Amino acid sequence: MLKKIRVIVSLVLVSLITLYFLDFRGFLPQRFSFLAEIQFIPAVLALNVGIIVALVMLTLIFGRIYCSSVCPMGIYQDVVAGLSKKFTKKKRYTYSKAKTVLRWSVLAAVVITFLFGFTFLLGLLDPYGAYGRMVTHLFRPAYLAGNNVLEAIFTSFGNYTFYKVAIYGLGLFSTIIALITLAGIGLLAWRNGRTYCNTLCPVGTVLGFLSRFSFFKIQFKDDKCNSCGLCTMKCKASCLDAKNKKIDYSRCVTCFNCIESCNRDAIKYAPVLPRRKRIVNPMPAYSYDKPAKSVDSSKRRFLSATVLTAIAAGNLIAQETAGKLLPKKELKRQTPIAPPGAIDFDHLREKCISCHLCVSKCPSHVIKPAFLEYGLGGMMQPLLYFDHGFCNYDCTICGDVCPTGALKPLTVEEKHQTQMGQVHFILENCIVYYDETSCGACSEHCPTQAVSMVPYKGALTIPHIEPSICVGCGGCESICPAIPYKAIYVEGLETQNRIEIKEEKAEEIEIEGFGF
Amino acid sequence: MDRRNFLKAIALSGATLTTIKDAEAMSILTQSFQTTQAAKYDLVAVMGGEPEVMFRKAITEMGGMKNFINKGDKVCVKPNIGWDQPPEMGADTNPKLVAEIIKQCFDAGAREVVVFDHPCDEWRRCYTNSGIEAAAKAAGAKVVPAHQESYYKEVSVPKGKNLKSAKIHEAIVDSDKWINVPCLKNHGGAQLTISMKNYMGIVWDRGYFHAHDLQQCIADICAYEKRPVLNVVDAYRIMKTNGPRGKSPSDVVLAKGLFISQDIVAVDTAAANFFNQVREMPIEKVKHIANAQALGLGTMNLDSLKIKRIKI
Repeated sequence: MLKKIRVIVSLVLVSLITLYFLDFRGFLPQRFSFLAEIQFIPAVLALNVGIIVALVMLTLIFGRIYCSSVCPMGIYQDVVAGLSKKFTKKKRYTYSKAKTVLRWSVLAAVVITFLFGFTFLLGLLDPYGAYGRMVTHLFRPAYLAGNNVLEAIFTSFGNYTFYKVAIYGLGLFSTIIALITLAGIGLLAWRNGRTYCNTLCPVGTVLGFLSRFSFFKIQFKDDKCNSCGLCTMKCKASCLDAKNKKIDYSRCVTCFNCIESCNRDAIKYAPVLPRRKRIVNPMPAYSYDKPAKSVDSSKRRFLSATVLTAIAAGNLIAQETAGKLLPKKELKRQTPIAPPGAIDFDHLREKCISCHLCVSKCPSHVIKPAFLEYGLGGMMQPLLYFDHGFCNYDCTICGDVCPTGALKPLTVEEKHQTQMGQVHFILENCIVYYDETSCGACSEHCPTQAVSMVPYKGALTIPHIEPSICVGCGGCESICPAIPYKAIYVEGLETQNRIEIKEEKAEEIEIEGFGF
Repeated sequence: MDRRNFLKAIALSGATLTTIKDAEAMSILTQSFQTTQAAKYDLVAVMGGEPEVMFRKAITEMGGMKNFINKGDKVCVKPNIGWDQPPEMGADTNPKLVAEIIKQCFDAGAREVVVFDHPCDEWRRCYTNSGIEAAAKAAGAKVVPAHQESYYKEVSVPKGKNLKSAKIHEAIVDSDKWINVPCLKNHGGAQLTISMKNYMGIVWDRGYFHAHDLQQCIADICAYEKRPVLNVVDAYRIMKTNGPRGKSPSDVVLAKGLFISQDIVAVDTAAANFFNQVREMPIEKVKHIANAQALGLGTMNLDSLKIKRIKI
């Protein structure tokens, strides 16, 4: 019964959060963003005290329910493990010792790097963020392709329920990371169940620590148990030692599979009475540990230095060749453009775990994960690019959905006052200048008229820029038809500015006749 | 209710529905015989009414919609839905006008009415916030997307000077008739956007236009052999400055005008003269109008036309 409830709740939650990532038509209302907000790391980063307290209390009362039913990555592993049972007959898990040193070292590394402003590691290992990237980079293209197949079928019958959507690659690096996550965690789950949760996952380590003190626990009924070991075989967390009737609560994700498996009704999920507690759990789980292996830190340092130098060298070489081969008219963006509400690069780097919900949700397809634009620590964090469109003036979706507060939610008015970048104009690239024909595409798209058309030769008008009122939406850059190099582009800002919008008064105009 | 009664009820309601439908069809037939004698003009200009009222007056003077739409026609109505702006900004065609045109197409016996535009802003937001999608659907039209290249078909424009071929939306290419329903606005590059400039929403690659003399390409695309049966210029709200997107409500003037003609050059000339009263805009500056006259697409000489002017 308990297991059934757990399975149903888990499947509902994982389906909803996955669908929330995939849904590009707004079927699920905006408030479903709570599915991301109730995740542990986002709540911690957003300093959402209510949710943190709720999750801690939940764990202290019932154990790792979060890992079992709320965390989408946990449920993904259960689904994979479930599939593996279909393919491997007589699938059985075995009890294994806790990897306590590994767990706590990973957690320590994550916390220390985070405190030093390097959120990348936290973002890489946070199960929600990692799941978000899997959905955004791997499931989403499939979902969109499915939509396009349905569209083709329905439209051929004159039914326009579906519309075609473009499928864009969103950066190789993040896609590869997502693939490695999917395959790596998937493989571990296929073979041994919840290995990731009890080794690398920082949330698993924290909640595992708390769940040792939880009120409700899985317990053996000593009088009924004959140590047959069936439960151990079903324990996907490998935390149940039937032989010695011991359970490592730091790893138990309260899946209730053991209770279901027992033929003798010898396992119960019940409050732990203080008296029994000592008997059930005579020694803390970490007593299984071997002493920590000595780590050759110089070797590590050497390896990481090699990787860093290689990346930096590649970048330098690329810059050099670019400088030599390309004419001067091409201007490359020096500073990336952070999405609206990012405040400044430091804020973004610190708060963003790269779940890519904003990337998935952006209706204009202008947010993609960074590679090295923000530096090493900002890898995979969102930046604006204008290959497929530009940032809609009245749209605030990215900040509305961001669960960590890396992108602050903005009202439409606040969005209008947010300057993400500033427009730059290169006269010699402009069609009006070198062809002496009309254009005005940039100014057409400019919502603030930071790019306006002013009189030029004869009836011609030419762009005139006013960077101080530019919001940096990229409308001008995305539409500029000059080839091969655009005549107008947006340069990002380390710190987003506030624009003062002047109220303009309407003139009273009376029209008497037709004028012809 | 037993099965027999239930079936009877179904059959009866089915029969009633059919008769109601037939009756409607009959009334359309009789109507079409009544209004043919109305006087015909080359251009009708209306002022001072609500968009749908002005259109009703204008189309009556043009001899009724059935002069342009035949029974069973597949009609495409092409408004300007270029921008993510509310109707009050006048950045897009007035939704009430679009709905009225669709309604009249159906009344004239159209089999199907399709509405689309290739917007500049994000298309879903444009379709929704312009109010056009909802109004068109309520009037019974199909609102189709235009944001992907695959919706467009390559056609040749042999008469064009700079533009010899273009990819045009299948809703136009596959239609029996199409009606061009622009709004009158200031435009930073083309100076004004009216009927001819509205053609840029039926093509896929607008960048080509901008890169190959915008004012010539606008005229060239109007030489595409399938001409609209009507050009209906919505000048209910005129965006006089900062067009075509507009910045604030101070860019907009409530002018309450409407112009309708089969001659695209004439209707744009008339609308440009109307605009000139709001803000100085000599017609020579709107070069594509003269370019289109040079291609033989119509006349800028309004004196040579039979014009009906109506003030409400």
